[in-house]
Amino acid sequence: MSDSSIHINLQQQQPIPLQVELQCKSGELLALVGPSGSGKTTVLRAIAGLYQPQTGHIECQGEVWQHSSQQIFRQAYQRHVGLVFQNYALFPHMTVLENIQQALTDIPQSQRREQAFELLKKVHLDGLEQRYPKKLSGGQQQRVAVARALARRPKVLLLDEPFSAVDQVTRRKLYRELLSLRQSLAMPIILVTHDLEESTLLADRIALLHKGEVLQTGTPEYVSAHPHTATVARLMDQQNLFTAQILEHNASTQTTRLRWRGVELQASYQPQFPVNTKVCWMIQSANVLLHRRDRPSNGDKENPLQGTIIEYLESNGLSQLLIEVDAELKVNIALNVPLHVGKRNKLRENEKIGISLLTEGIHLMPYQSLRRET
Amino acid sequence: MDWQALALSVKLSLMTLVFLLPIGIFFGRWLAYRRFIGKSLLQTVLALPLVLPPTVLGYYLLVLFSPNQGLGLWLANNFGTTLVFNFEGLVLASIIFNLPFAIQPMQRAFASIPSEIREAAACCGMRPSTVLWKIELPLAWPGIVSAMVMCFAHTLGEFGIVLMVGGNIPAETQTIAISIYDSVQSFDDQSASIMSFSLLMFSMLTISFTYWLSERSSHTHV
Repeated sequence: MSDSSIHINLQQQQPIPLQVELQCKSGELLALVGPSGSGKTTVLRAIAGLYQPQTGHIECQGEVWQHSSQQIFRQAYQRHVGLVFQNYALFPHMTVLENIQQALTDIPQSQRREQAFELLKKVHLDGLEQRYPKKLSGGQQQRVAVARALARRPKVLLLDEPFSAVDQVTRRKLYRELLSLRQSLAMPIILVTHDLEESTLLADRIALLHKGEVLQTGTPEYVSAHPHTATVARLMDQQNLFTAQILEHNASTQTTRLRWRGVELQASYQPQFPVNTKVCWMIQSANVLLHRRDRPSNGDKENPLQGTIIEYLESNGLSQLLIEVDAELKVNIALNVPLHVGKRNKLRENEKIGISLLTEGIHLMPYQSLRRET
Repeated sequence: MDWQALALSVKLSLMTLVFLLPIGIFFGRWLAYRRFIGKSLLQTVLALPLVLPPTVLGYYLLVLFSPNQGLGLWLANNFGTTLVFNFEGLVLASIIFNLPFAIQPMQRAFASIPSEIREAAACCGMRPSTVLWKIELPLAWPGIVSAMVMCFAHTLGEFGIVLMVGGNIPAETQTIAISIYDSVQSFDDQSASIMSFSLLMFSMLTISFTYWLSERSSHTHV
């Protein structure tokens, strides 16, 4: 572990189960992602010293903040953490400037005012220093909260769903500001979010939490494309998730053949799954190829299927299709294409189309029942 | 107008506030933030003076302070003092019957501060004592002040308990409420009228002030 990292190891059975082992390097942005109730905020609160799990070891930049076996637990005010709360938690009876000055406890009184002005400038809020929080917009409040968190000179910056209380336009602006601000921050940054798009946009790595347990960590793109289990795939909002049986591994062609509801599919070579065993498999909608009616291509030969569009939605520059695959399969496959492709191909509901499942995009996982978990 | 009785009432009210302010802040904050076994029972006991007839509470306090048994006997044996029919006993009785009027508004005031605000203060590096001083008290002060005003007015006008515990000793335990009663008994309608009107005006001012405070606090806070 490098000295400038934060290392978190939390174990607990009751009252909130926790099984978390994480590391975040200085300058890295790690997103804790998971559905509501998965324990994301609890982990963040444990890092901040606002919650004490039964067993835990938290070490940040060489400082031990919690070591259960040695009876060490530093209170929140003894840790240098910058925490941006979901609703910002600004002190309502203090001006913007006073809010920031409260966290500047480590520098002489005479320098606090000047330092607070500098921080306000950094978050583009100069001129609003005498306003009270109630008189600020959601975006401005968030910026004050970030400035106050940075005023603490934190060893780790913690962001608890900081974008959830602002409108989408402001959110996009704040995303850009955070991306720009983080270039100048030499500390680990941990973001809690349930928004997968947000984590993909902002995070270097994500840690996927489910029922208090970290199921997988990695870059957002990697975890999306290569989930370890079907549960991870489902939590990463992968819609095309199915079960199949391994038929054959072919090392020379670097392919694995599967039987999926009477249809044979060819996947990339994944010999870790024995022949004849059942597996789960998934394909990202980006790896489902739409056949052009006017100009067939070589890609059309990879796992070709025919189907009917049963749902067609246009949103955010994309045509989102749900295709019911013909014949004995009786399954639906989700597919996104750019909006202009959808329009050019005159895609609409009840239209018959052909698709291909790209061999490289078929990812295999250990078998588990795909009935929706409660 | 019985100025002596008025002065005694004001003195009693102020002495009561001196003790009730720290007691109210401590219990109000404790009940607002802590969960513990027996919390409901404690809250019930603390709220009893709200519903008990003042004479009943006065009777029990008289029994408790009696120099023949329990606390009263212990005080008489160890300090040679008694709490019945004197000013000190009146202050203690006044503190006890005002407990819910002090603690409940303060508890509500502390409970209305979002826990995130206090946590944010801790994350800013503030110790618990600094959080109390810089964050909680300024945010809860309208509740604290209105509790104090209500207690002051309540003590000024209390009759039953004062009469039971303190009796009716001029310059020692005769408060303005008892003086009004005395005036009526002795057909001194003018004095009774002046003193009653003064208490009425004071009560109206008190209630207006507490409403103004709560209105003001809802304007300044998020």
